[in-house]
Amino acid sequence: MAQGKRRLGRGVAIVGAGMSAFGTRPDITNRELFAEAFTDMKDSVDKGFEHQDIEALYVGNCGAEMWESQSVMGNLCADIIGLTPRPARKIEDACASSSVAVRDGLIAIASGLYDMVLVGGTEKMTSLPINWTTMALACGSDTTFEGSVGFTFPGLYAAMATAHMEAYGTTHDDLLRVAIKNHSNGALNPKAHFPMTIKQVMEMRAAKAEEKGGPVPTWSDEMEFLNDPRFNPVIAWPNTLFDCCPITDGAACLLLVAEEIAREFTDVPIYIIGTGQASGHNLHDRDTLTSIPAAKLAAEQAYEMAGVDPGDIKMAEVHDCFTIAEVMAIADLGFFKEGKEAAVAAGEGKTARDGQKPINVSGGLKCKGHPVGATGAAQMVEIFQQMRGEAGERQVTATDIDIALNHNIGAHGTTAVVQIYERR
Amino acid sequence: MKELPFTIASFDTYLTERKVMASRCTSCGALWLPPRPICLTCKADQMEWEELTGKGTLVAFTVIGVGPMPMIDAGYGRDNPYCVGIVQVEEGPRIGAQILGVDVAHPENIKIGTKVTADFVERGSWHFVEEVAKAKKAYLAFRA
Repeated sequence: MAQGKRRLGRGVAIVGAGMSAFGTRPDITNRELFAEAFTDMKDSVDKGFEHQDIEALYVGNCGAEMWESQSVMGNLCADIIGLTPRPARKIEDACASSSVAVRDGLIAIASGLYDMVLVGGTEKMTSLPINWTTMALACGSDTTFEGSVGFTFPGLYAAMATAHMEAYGTTHDDLLRVAIKNHSNGALNPKAHFPMTIKQVMEMRAAKAEEKGGPVPTWSDEMEFLNDPRFNPVIAWPNTLFDCCPITDGAACLLLVAEEIAREFTDVPIYIIGTGQASGHNLHDRDTLTSIPAAKLAAEQAYEMAGVDPGDIKMAEVHDCFTIAEVMAIADLGFFKEGKEAAVAAGEGKTARDGQKPINVSGGLKCKGHPVGATGAAQMVEIFQQMRGEAGERQVTATDIDIALNHNIGAHGTTAVVQIYERR
Repeated sequence: MKELPFTIASFDTYLTERKVMASRCTSCGALWLPPRPICLTCKADQMEWEELTGKGTLVAFTVIGVGPMPMIDAGYGRDNPYCVGIVQVEEGPRIGAQILGVDVAHPENIKIGTKVTADFVERGSWHFVEEVAKAKKAYLAFRA
């Protein structure tokens, strides 16, 4: 049976969106991070809402079992924000956990079961030594045939990068320009883990070297700094430190309501007009290593449901866990041609905040941080704020963002979620 | 030869005998490495074992200094990195494995398209619990 056109049973809108500060947060647990995001979300609902009207909670969380020795994150998050005894569940789909949670909440409202649900995610990742965090993240691979043979997450994406370089002549400098671009956006995001441009990082490192009394490095520009292995070491060749997103603690959440009641809460609801999700094989069973097939399928579903095409999207938050991931994402979404065109888009300014297709104006996972179970919801927080003109210094002004998209990958492409948003 | 079930444990058992075994779908002929109980192509569930030559080509790779615990326990680290990649075997399927015999100190010299042959290494198991993780098992690797 071929899948026909899929429609939501009824429309769904986001009326509130909030996130915790992203960063290293040693003094706070997963559930408290979620409570911080909830408080931030509450303040964003223009006309307010009754707490008891929230009918269910869907929380993305990837690995509290590993990082916090704690399961049942859905119930704990419900408890700390005073939502008990409402039904709550945790959704685990690696780095796409919270996008899947949002989608499940969306489907629950569209089905008619609920009128208002809280969706989001939380992740506490800085509690383990780096070896164990590497291991915990690699649990999102196929540990039998990927993790245990030696692949790490930076390594899986590095392998895709080598395939991309071989197929299209992509250079490592092309990839580093994605990092420069996303840091220039994230520098304007007060919630980002590292709100600094690469130039600021470079100047900081030079100042530190001087402080220590050692030889002061003299880099002519950011590219020279990023190509200095003493300051930007290889993590998994060709991925260097600055190709990789940081290990981050953080949470994000959104208040979803049925379309017919959305204006009771705000005059500017953000409607979810397209949603797509697909699964993918492990790397070795894929037909291609230069794109993420599941992302293409999820995008097709979302575009078809929304009735828009890639040219209609005014800005997108995409899954740049590694620089190569953004290069693949902007091609999989149909914004740029797969290969060199996508690889040089950042360097040519096409994906800059004031470019033809602003990508990751929040700073992306690369600069804002990637608390894996919260990332998809945090992408939507940025979209909510940008579409309502509330993004402060990093507000996209070159174009009116009436249609936007988020792209969230679980693991190395074994899950992908793409959603499209509209402001009417 | 006693027919082993089409499980990961059987694949591992064959590795201890230095054999690379795939499962071939008796319905459509598709070949699966690692072996699978259900054919992705035609969805049939009747398989037969097939021993592969172990010859293949490197299609993607990385060199890693910060590995997962089994690699750290095996002695790898920033000062002793290792290469891991995706190999396409000459019979068609692809599989991920450690790549031996390449210049890990100069990853830019490692070339996609390099011919490799199967090799077998022993390392600890993938687990957070030390008692489980220290159990040695055989892994497929390839040597350039």
